[in-house]
Amino acid sequence: MYAFEYHRPASVAEAVRLLREKPEAKLLAGGHTLIPTLKQRLAQPSDLVDLGGIAELRGIREEGGALVIGAATPHGEVETSDLVRRTIPALAHLAGEIGDPQVRNRGTIGGSIANNDPAADWPAAVLGLGATVRTDRREIAADDFFTGMFETALEADEIVTAVVFPRPRRAAYAKFPNPASRYAMVGVFVAETDGGVRVAVTGAAPCVFRLTALERALAANFAPEAVDGVTVDASELNSDIHASADYRAHLVKVMAKRAIASALG
Amino acid sequence: MVEKGIGQAVPRKEDRRFVTGRGRYVDDIRLPGQAWAVFVRSPHAHARIRRVDKASVEGMPGVLAVFTGADAEADGIGPLICGWMIHSRDGTPMKVGTHRVLATDKVRYVGDRVACVVAETLHQARDAAEALVVEYEELPAVVDLATADEAPALVHDDIPGNLCYDWELGDRAAVEEAFAKAARVVSVDLVNNRLVPNALEPRAALAAYDPGRDEITLYLTSQNPHVHRLVMSAFNNIAPEHKLRVVAPDVGGGFGSKIFIYGEECVVAWAARKLGRPVKWREERGEAFLADAHGRDHVTRAELAVDADGRFLALRVDTRANLGAYMSTFSSAVPTYLYAPLLSGQYRIPAIHARVRTYYTNTTPVDAYRGAGRPEACFVVETLVDAAARALGIDRAEIRRRNFIPPDAFPYQTPVVMTYDSGDYRTCLDRALELADYAGFERRRQEARARGRLRGIGIGCYIEACGIAPSQAAISLGAGVGLWESAEVRFTHTGKVQVYTGTHTHGQGHETTFSQLVAETLGVPFEDVEVIHGDTATTPVGMGTYGSRSQAVGGEALLRACHKIIEKGRKIAAHLLEASEADIEFEAGVFRVKGTDRRKTIQEIAFAAYVPASYPADLEPGLEASAFFDPPNFTFPSGTYVCEVEVDPETGRVRIEKWVAVDDFGRIINPLIVEGQVHGGLVQGIGQALLEHAVYDRESGQLLTGSFMDYAMPRADDVPSFTVEFAPGSPTPSNTLGAKGAGEAGAIGAPAALMNAIWDAVGTRVEMPATPERVWRAIRQTQMPQAAE
Repeated sequence: MYAFEYHRPASVAEAVRLLREKPEAKLLAGGHTLIPTLKQRLAQPSDLVDLGGIAELRGIREEGGALVIGAATPHGEVETSDLVRRTIPALAHLAGEIGDPQVRNRGTIGGSIANNDPAADWPAAVLGLGATVRTDRREIAADDFFTGMFETALEADEIVTAVVFPRPRRAAYAKFPNPASRYAMVGVFVAETDGGVRVAVTGAAPCVFRLTALERALAANFAPEAVDGVTVDASELNSDIHASADYRAHLVKVMAKRAIASALG
Repeated sequence: MVEKGIGQAVPRKEDRRFVTGRGRYVDDIRLPGQAWAVFVRSPHAHARIRRVDKASVEGMPGVLAVFTGADAEADGIGPLICGWMIHSRDGTPMKVGTHRVLATDKVRYVGDRVACVVAETLHQARDAAEALVVEYEELPAVVDLATADEAPALVHDDIPGNLCYDWELGDRAAVEEAFAKAARVVSVDLVNNRLVPNALEPRAALAAYDPGRDEITLYLTSQNPHVHRLVMSAFNNIAPEHKLRVVAPDVGGGFGSKIFIYGEECVVAWAARKLGRPVKWREERGEAFLADAHGRDHVTRAELAVDADGRFLALRVDTRANLGAYMSTFSSAVPTYLYAPLLSGQYRIPAIHARVRTYYTNTTPVDAYRGAGRPEACFVVETLVDAAARALGIDRAEIRRRNFIPPDAFPYQTPVVMTYDSGDYRTCLDRALELADYAGFERRRQEARARGRLRGIGIGCYIEACGIAPSQAAISLGAGVGLWESAEVRFTHTGKVQVYTGTHTHGQGHETTFSQLVAETLGVPFEDVEVIHGDTATTPVGMGTYGSRSQAVGGEALLRACHKIIEKGRKIAAHLLEASEADIEFEAGVFRVKGTDRRKTIQEIAFAAYVPASYPADLEPGLEASAFFDPPNFTFPSGTYVCEVEVDPETGRVRIEKWVAVDDFGRIINPLIVEGQVHGGLVQGIGQALLEHAVYDRESGQLLTGSFMDYAMPRADDVPSFTVEFAPGSPTPSNTLGAKGAGEAGAIGAPAALMNAIWDAVGTRVEMPATPERVWRAIRQTQMPQAAE
């Protein structure tokens, strides 16, 4: 690590003020990406603004039929929440497949989506459910939030405060983990919502994306067989030492089928 | 039976400190005034060093010194050595590329040491290491065995074709004759994937120079502190051997990677003397991926000639092995004498010929890693055996039974150097098959198929040569050192026992097993025995711990020292009990005059030896003894592993459903510890077969799997619950204990069993590691003809 100044504000407003005052500052949530990056000296922020002391960022509640998860809520809390299990069990399942217990007790949903790692799980749920990302100053629709690899619509001084998940009719997530990192090599989130069927794919491409061809097929017939007629274009997908683009394209279909079967119970 | 004696599952006494966080590792030691060393490493796979600009860090906060290869040469620090001489088929000696403690002319792999920066704090040292300007002229790199001999890049300018040696073993003519007459020849081309050792504790070194005594103390993560002392004094000129003390305190795993003498530890010791300050270096995990010697990395073509009944006639093996950029301490021996002599497996194979060529590449040096040559050999043999069974339509268990060396054939001379000591291979196989319900497998396969899963079963029968080594034999084959072991046993006034061993425990549990051995032999309480190791100043000379040798060689030395104690005690007892020595019998810690109740405990004898109020006139006081043991032969543990897998044909993911291990380790001192050793070895073997693979980028020579994000280490949920059983056992005649060694077996036999199971499940052979994509592609390949029908 390089040296930095550490701050632990008690409010979102104070955190935003710090970000504005210190242009080279970084936000610290669960730290599961940032701390290893710092330890390897791959980043040199002047200041760290720790969000862990802001009570308003943490917690899970219902709000007008939607599920609101505070940005600093750790994955483990989502995994074990009765409210989540009752309302959108797919989210509890997804959270339970992130990393290991230590990771789940520290890593947060806000940190995950703000980082937008191409292989992270949460972006699939946020995009797959058509959730809304709430920040200190506005609300951003999931379709507008994830803009590219490690890129989001967030301003430099903007802080995610919560994610608002509308309750779907049915939803499920199926993940094929990378054997080394256990991040998603391919993860598919499928949801039948009031606004239609949504399918989000993570791990396969530089950024989470919607598989619209499958969404159309599922709108006509929400069943695993609907996947058979859909072509996944491998040319858009990642190819690396763990999986070729061809194999990832194949896995997208397999995981999609499994997610659909699981959503159907 | 002695409480906590030989054969009992005694929990490890060292775990008290390990599980309470009170172990003392190198990094836990802080010396007053210690400075920190950080190594500047090459970012290039192959480059000429144009300039190291020391001025670029001069005046940076806390910087004490920058050392380069030129400085080391000027001070007479010698290059690193390879301690085993191999000659090529044409009689020429292996071609050794100079391996300096810090590079001077060229860097030859990503991570090669270019300079060492020492500063007051770790952060200052890192800052300076980062700031140090090094100018390179990049050169094309070769990372791959496939292209090593034709590559435009010469790793060492004076070694043509990057070929270190072209070695052979066995009778080529006899093999060719047998192949010409064979009913059937089966062949395989296979890859033994490169692995990163990944001990839990990365390497570390802390050196202090005492100018008053002109002596260096070096705390080191070492599996063999005396070997480090020997080589660093005799070849690297760090200090005369009697002025260099090497201390290996608690060490968190080695698996071979901490046997070797690396440049970092030489530089740290040299820097401490130059600066007159203690200097510490602690490797980071990412550094360990680049800097610790890797394992395996063979490409092999192997052929087996069989008769119509499936009896093996001859074996021909042609292996190309990757040495990495430099020869490491024992790297020449691993693909030769630790490999080819094990190619007979558990079988009668009348003729064997092996050719091994080793190549330099622009990659991390490769050396011994758990099993070291023997897993590679086992994988070759057991793959061919399955290939032969398939070709001839013989059951895979049956073809093994037909070819096993029978129990009455021992000692058995193979055609490749080794004389196997003892074994009962069929008993192990049959018991393993019974535990695995081999007979009921087809039913399970059908049941899995109904669920859309492909189920397979695989057998791996391994042989291992442990207890390295008979010194004369090893030296005649090229070893630069003898490989005996020594021990010392010392009673105190109050009857406690201090045991000093030249072996080193870094996970093996010697403190417990050696205590059991002493408790049993001397009849003292287990708790009264203290095992002391890992310090050249206090422990007897030793050769350390590797090759599953500690019990078979070090344990035997200890046993012999105990017997010397008993013999001396008998003299003292005879005097005190006023009897003749011949009438004194010793049992369970008590000397007794035969047929009487006159007795003295060994603790009373120890007291008398140190407070000799009444004592034999011609006897020295004191009760301590030391012994050396040089075994007459290797020991040959063996066993059978049976593995059952299920494959998801849609994703190619393999799940291990069942694992049975039946091992013959000869006499077992502590079955709890040995079972743990089997578990650990199996997991590492499973890691090699399914997950682990060090991958270099062919163009840039960068290590693509340089962290746990990309290098897949096995986790608990990757492995099943193991069924481990020990065969009744065939004690080795190579030592009086009968112990054969158990540390590497799991890693040797596991890949073969698992890969044979996957082969059985998917119908075609898959290369290691059997990643989901590889398995999925194999399934698609085998199913395509069916789809076309």
